[in-house]
Amino acid sequence: MSGKKIEVHHVTRVEGHGNIVVDIKNGEIKECRFEVVEAPRFFEAFVRGRPYYELSHITSRICGICAVGHATTSLRATEKAFSVELSEQAWLLRKLNFHGEMIDSHVLHTYYLVAPDFFGVHSVIPLVETHREVVERALRIKKLSGDLCAMIGGRHTHPIALTVGGFTHTPTERELREIQERLIAARADMDVTVDLFATLPWPEFERETEYVSLHKDDEYAFIDGTIVTSDGFSYPIEDYKKVTNEHCVPFSTAKWTKHNRDSYMVGALARLNNNFDQLHPRAKEAAKKLGLKPLVTNPFLNTAAQVVEMVHCVEDSIRIIDELLTRGIKPEEPPVVEVKAGEGVGACEVPRGVLFHHYVYDEEGRCTEANCIIPTNQNMANLNADMQALVPQILDRPQEEIRHLLEMLVRAYDPCISCSTHFLTVEFV
Amino acid sequence: MMAGKNGKVKVAFFDFACCEGCQLTVIDSLQTHLDLLEAVEIVNFREASSEQRQDYQIAFIEGSITRKQDEERLRRIREQADILVALGACAHTAGINALKNLKPLDEVRRYVYGEHADWYDTYPARPVSAVVQVDAFIPGCPIDREEFVEVVKALLVGKKPPIPDYPVCVECKLKGNVCVFHVGKVCMGPVTRAGCGAICPTYGDGCEGCRGIIPNPNENAMEEVLDEAGLTLDEIMDRFTMFNAYRELEAEE
Repeated sequence: MSGKKIEVHHVTRVEGHGNIVVDIKNGEIKECRFEVVEAPRFFEAFVRGRPYYELSHITSRICGICAVGHATTSLRATEKAFSVELSEQAWLLRKLNFHGEMIDSHVLHTYYLVAPDFFGVHSVIPLVETHREVVERALRIKKLSGDLCAMIGGRHTHPIALTVGGFTHTPTERELREIQERLIAARADMDVTVDLFATLPWPEFERETEYVSLHKDDEYAFIDGTIVTSDGFSYPIEDYKKVTNEHCVPFSTAKWTKHNRDSYMVGALARLNNNFDQLHPRAKEAAKKLGLKPLVTNPFLNTAAQVVEMVHCVEDSIRIIDELLTRGIKPEEPPVVEVKAGEGVGACEVPRGVLFHHYVYDEEGRCTEANCIIPTNQNMANLNADMQALVPQILDRPQEEIRHLLEMLVRAYDPCISCSTHFLTVEFV
Repeated sequence: MMAGKNGKVKVAFFDFACCEGCQLTVIDSLQTHLDLLEAVEIVNFREASSEQRQDYQIAFIEGSITRKQDEERLRRIREQADILVALGACAHTAGINALKNLKPLDEVRRYVYGEHADWYDTYPARPVSAVVQVDAFIPGCPIDREEFVEVVKALLVGKKPPIPDYPVCVECKLKGNVCVFHVGKVCMGPVTRAGCGAICPTYGDGCEGCRGIIPNPNENAMEEVLDEAGLTLDEIMDRFTMFNAYRELEAEE
């Protein structure tokens, strides 16, 4: 058999710059890897010296897709450092805002970035002509989730009103009722979405790995909780480094992580595997239609797990708004922050998996040490392991098909490469 | 500008060091302006499409320039494009990326990558205009969706993009907001370029200056205002550097 060389520079329909490199000679794989070549931005280095109230506003700028996730995780780290307690209303709004971003990010990935592969087109744009109803549905869900985020934070990308201890702006009862009506109407779009994705021919590939996520006893965990793994480990959030064990690899500006095995997976599939029982009944129904029953070990199905989570987040958003309306929504001043020297770790399940922010503050409330560990990094080693397991199974296929399948695999992880290039080796003292 | 055979102008999107939030805002503008696709053909948009053609006429650039290799890529884009537009704060003013410039570069690299710092190429963040000629800019972190649409429309008919030169305060007053200084908060609105609809003060937070400083700002008066608000010199510098560190450092030189 002749040699095959596949080099995809800057994989498309992903967030950020990554390359696929595969070199096969005489049926033997010489090279097979995913490289991250995004320009590093050094957030952890330059937030040092900045005042605590800026941190969530600066770090939200790590990512345009999961800005609410970074802001919320950042705020949790700061709130823990200064022992700030949130009101019940502030908690409900944080969760609602998080659901909005989860739906927004998942609809972007499932409809705009992944679906074109199954329709055999380059992007969602040609579908405007051929499958207008699909595009209009995607735009409708995207607008709803964006409007939900904007109602709370002022805008989705780089939220304004999220602040230490709560919010600087409160949605009105009328706004909540209007968005709830739209969420209820969106159930029909969710049903059609589940049916659409249930018909897609997912590539067949199984490779079990360790699945890592947050877990809470009383709900499907997105904000706070404990770190759990499918290999039976459990850690408090503050011990995150026992899970992540970061290390540098020469061809990547993103650091790699490993725990009990050589790699682990985070994201919608890991959450679904670890916390399936806590999904909303409608989301469980969706999982059944999509053929997802833990333990799911096909990484291509991460996209299907995102569809399940969209259904969950729509349903839980409807419930949270009910609760806010029953309690009566009212503007609240965030608590006065008593600045002191200290440190805190925030952890949230953002769309692509578990995210950690860890800060140390001095007595004036200026940041002295910072560490952010991003989901996409945690998935890098696992994605490479999947590529190395997949390529031998598809070696006999035409080069173009191998290339396309590998691009689809990368996309299934929904990598957020802009996010992934911020790391740190320094140990806190 | 010559439209293609299909009557559409060909546009492309490229990104350097950024969060891609501005390109996402572009994608979101389609929610309300799907008709834009009747006037333009997107021939290169890596984040959203695997089609990658090089025959574009308008290039939108998101992100700051932080590596030598970025400059070569940017110059190639400049050569091809009739019109080059800086999209968002990172491209327009170097934005939040320039916070890095306030610290010694080597220390910054070492802090993030430790003993492997040498593996990772970087220099102080620069706006696109520091490397190539920029024909138009769309400010903000992120850009404003409606302003993006208005700029595209203006470019298509050969008009000057409608970017305001007056400060955020003008829009804030029109909205009838209570000045955030009156509720004990701090705001860069008096010296920051308008066009955002004063969105941050409207949502209870002071302006962060993400759209850049207006031409001929009264900075002394601004510093007095911040001083009266009880800010220390360090806190005043925080406000002026969060999004405008590149400008502050240039002024020092």
